[in-house]
Amino acid sequence: MKVIVDQNKCVASGQCVLSAPDAFDQREEDGIVVLLTEKPPDGLADDVRQAAALCPAQAIWVEEEEKKE
Amino acid sequence: MVIVGASAAGLTAAETLRRRGWNGELTLIGEESRPPYDRPPLSKQILTGAWEPERAALRTLRDLDRLKADLRLGHRAVALDVPGRRVHLEGGENIGFDGLVIATGVAPRRLPDSDLAGVHVLRTLDDAIALRAALLAGPRVVVVGAGFLGTEVAAAARVMGLEVTVAEPEPVPVRRPFGDRVGELVADLHRDHGTRVRCGVGVRRLHGAGGRVTGVELGDGTTLPADVVVQALGSTPATGWLSGSGLRLRDGVDCDALCEAAPGIYAAGDVASWFNPHFGTRMRLEHRMNATEQAMAAVGNLLGDATPFAPVPYFWTDQYDTRIQAYGISPPDAEMRIVYGDPSDGHFAAAYGHHGRVVGVLGWNAPRQVRTLRHLVVDSAPWAAFAATPALDPATVN
Repeated sequence: MKVIVDQNKCVASGQCVLSAPDAFDQREEDGIVVLLTEKPPDGLADDVRQAAALCPAQAIWVEEEEKKE
Repeated sequence: MVIVGASAAGLTAAETLRRRGWNGELTLIGEESRPPYDRPPLSKQILTGAWEPERAALRTLRDLDRLKADLRLGHRAVALDVPGRRVHLEGGENIGFDGLVIATGVAPRRLPDSDLAGVHVLRTLDDAIALRAALLAGPRVVVVGAGFLGTEVAAAARVMGLEVTVAEPEPVPVRRPFGDRVGELVADLHRDHGTRVRCGVGVRRLHGAGGRVTGVELGDGTTLPADVVVQALGSTPATGWLSGSGLRLRDGVDCDALCEAAPGIYAAGDVASWFNPHFGTRMRLEHRMNATEQAMAAVGNLLGDATPFAPVPYFWTDQYDTRIQAYGISPPDAEMRIVYGDPSDGHFAAAYGHHGRVVGVLGWNAPRQVRTLRHLVVDSAPWAAFAATPALDPATVN
């Protein structure tokens, strides 16, 4: 999985840090998202998906590994 | 499965069904013809023009395709047949369901004479585009109502360089979500930016000439001249289509702690009233975060989770360069104490105590701090621990 964040859309809610503290942090000065790992290990994948789903600013995208359909 | 309402809650309900592995037929019905979009930017970036309207879209068309849902945009649900398990659409069509999620949101309240030209509401993206076009003409603006929406619209119009007055019958802005003391700080914030704040006086009527609004007459007899009036008077749940369905409708769709309104029928987002076990009280929240969280919870319960929805609400507002964020609730008789920073520096966090427990925390330009304080609300921390911290009272504010 690959994670992308948009710091211009981020509203500093910190929901991502609550959902996946090993993948996200917030900047000290304004709380804007900081991505700690672009390619989180499988163990974090569900937490990262939850963070993306909960983000109230739609500032987190998750690109899953391409699967054959 | 049928979902009525294709905004944040409805879309999340659909995505959660798929994410949870439900592969059956799924219909998502939305009254607006636009693909789902996000509402918080409407009163901020869309109004000021910082974003093009397309940027408010919640998903790309490709993402919507991947849902493999029958997406019925531009279709209005007009009735619900509970025993027959059918949703009736305008035009006569009806769609059967085994499970239903109601996510029809709210509709803005209006003033009498609101059909005068120059009088606006702001709920939809089209509303925001129309209001922005009106603001670009350089009007004198009066915003009626100083809740979140009214204060954000006032700030956006002021940032555009306009002459803005916000009128509110309550003694301070945003009193219900934040209480008197933070409300006073918000009034100061607006005055510091040159926005006029008229609190404690209601609106008596609108004045017009030739079909256009010319002013807003207040309860004390003064008239504020206006070329554009924005009605930010709060909203009413969009439950008209459910009258006669047998569902209990008081303040929105009445649900239990599982967000269930009737067997197999759930509600989520602005329209849903449910019993929140964490606070031991019934709630209906018009917050962005709740739309997502409640849709996830309602769908989980539709799929058999049987988990009460007991969130600590999160909400925020951005006005000028200030970001105010809060968790929990702020009952009118709650005490407030400062737990970080100092209001006179423009950075602080406060806790709300009620019946011996922390029931809310608020951050004023303090995003990291308020997030780390959230656990006080989750844990219902004893309020006695804060007895020695300074109270946030009017003396501290000024």
